[in-house]
Amino acid sequence: MSVDLHRLTLAEAKKGLAAREFRAVELTEASIAQMECHRALNAFITETPEQALAMAKAADERIAKGEAGPLEGIPIAVKDLFCTKGIRTTAASNILGNFVPPYESTVTKKLWEAGAVCLGKTSLDQFGMGSANLNSAFGLVKSPWTRPSDAKPLVPGGSSGGSAVAVAARMCLAATGTDTGGSIRQPAAYTGITGIKPTYGRCSRFGIIAYASSLDQAGAFARNVRDSAILLQAMAGHDPNDSTSADLPVPDFTAGIGKSLKGLKIGIPKEYRVEGLSPEIDRLWQQGADWLRAQGAEVKEVSLPHSRYALATYYIIAPAEVSSNLARYDGMRYGLRVEGRNLTETYEKSRGAGFGDEAKRRIMIGTYVLSAGYYDAYYVKAQKVRRILVNNFRKVFEEVDAVLAPTTPTPAFRIGEEPDDPVAMYLNDVFTVTANLTGLPGMSVPAGLSSDGLPLGLQIMGKPWDEPTVLQIGAALEEAAQFNTLPYGIEARA
Amino acid sequence: MAIDKATVAKIAHLARLEVPEEQQEHLAKELSGILGWVEQLGEVNTDAVEPLRSVMPITQDWRADEVTDGNRREDVLANAPAQQDGYFVVPKVVE
Repeated sequence: MSVDLHRLTLAEAKKGLAAREFRAVELTEASIAQMECHRALNAFITETPEQALAMAKAADERIAKGEAGPLEGIPIAVKDLFCTKGIRTTAASNILGNFVPPYESTVTKKLWEAGAVCLGKTSLDQFGMGSANLNSAFGLVKSPWTRPSDAKPLVPGGSSGGSAVAVAARMCLAATGTDTGGSIRQPAAYTGITGIKPTYGRCSRFGIIAYASSLDQAGAFARNVRDSAILLQAMAGHDPNDSTSADLPVPDFTAGIGKSLKGLKIGIPKEYRVEGLSPEIDRLWQQGADWLRAQGAEVKEVSLPHSRYALATYYIIAPAEVSSNLARYDGMRYGLRVEGRNLTETYEKSRGAGFGDEAKRRIMIGTYVLSAGYYDAYYVKAQKVRRILVNNFRKVFEEVDAVLAPTTPTPAFRIGEEPDDPVAMYLNDVFTVTANLTGLPGMSVPAGLSSDGLPLGLQIMGKPWDEPTVLQIGAALEEAAQFNTLPYGIEARA
Repeated sequence: MAIDKATVAKIAHLARLEVPEEQQEHLAKELSGILGWVEQLGEVNTDAVEPLRSVMPITQDWRADEVTDGNRREDVLANAPAQQDGYFVVPKVVE
């Protein structure tokens, strides 16, 4: 029995723990064994096995006393962008390198209060900036997937690549991520798992290292829709420490799962049929629409006429917020300090040595678009287009309840075959950035395999605060797609 | 907008980032590429559009003006690159 514990879904593990079929310590030991077995994938920056076992032991005691929380004894991984008290938190950067937070992020605090067990901190693109997990100061992360035709390593996507890999390779039952432009949904699609970014304001950002504050939102990775709903439930809710977190009741995210889609209207945005969209992803998208129709939904074409401008809008607003947010890293009170001849030079040397290339590029772009003479032409212009994008969706939501689109234009690419041109790399996020710019909930569900055997995801975007409908549609896609292929390396060990 | 090497040096200084001279030319090319690409927003008519600053209409709450935290000097100093006698040690600021 115990050899298979790491393959259980979160919901199955909850049941098994409640029925005393196994203990949280055994479940945690199974996860730790998988972490050791897959260390070559480099999913974790910091592993915390001792803490995990101590937390699991405490969970077993609470279960025995009948005091189990909703995630009691469930081993999870945490993206290394969430501050964890007493556990090194790096943002995958040298500038934070050995930072040990003296406080806990609200989201992780809620998770530990719900009984979850912390296996460690997962790797990411530095500060969340990237789409392939190649921008980590702690080395690149490999996907557990390879094309069956060769064994060359693939990118897991990013920025939450480590969390996605930890879930896909069965090292944990679920994981937290953050999504600023697609950083949960895109790696979920690349690694064949489920990822949800809720509405902006649903989860507190307190204690999450800031990338672009008007776009950043925490979310959940899991192996199926129900599990991601369960994890997200424990993460969500108002927090006085984050003035942008919503003081709204949190609905039951699992309420719609398994319900018929009868009465729901789902839009297919015609502008998402972009140049560079892989024909097989286009076909899968059609297939997804047919699946939803077969389950009772009314599916119709809709228009989001300004979609093609979303990515450029994002690449002004996000860097502008980066240049402001990352100004705090000055080498004075925490983080890396490289001494110069005077204060200014110490700032410049510390920041020059502490930030990676992509962080520097975005700080520079942001500084430029906010600088005197360019502020209106770039930054204010982007804020205006952002409003138009919000209005596009508002109009579409008068006609439909949700929108179905691909998550990414292509499947995962090989490590070493990433484009040299930063703009070509940014195109990975062409379908995902819009949900961040508009604050809408979005989720990616694995829906099929490419002709060379790699997972492909479909994305559902919903109305503000309507995660239950997004999850309901996600579950319907999941039911129809029956995606149950394991990464081939994992399969071989079965 | 094409960015030249001198502009890269200027932005780098504004951002307090050391960018070695031998990297400035390459960075100028990359930044010009990115800026040239985002300038496609010029095609969108935004004449009557208000800039969007807050994506969700959340009303911000007032809270009581009370001290809720503090007296944590050791915590605050715990990650300091340099400290002495309960203070941060920083380079000389005033000549």
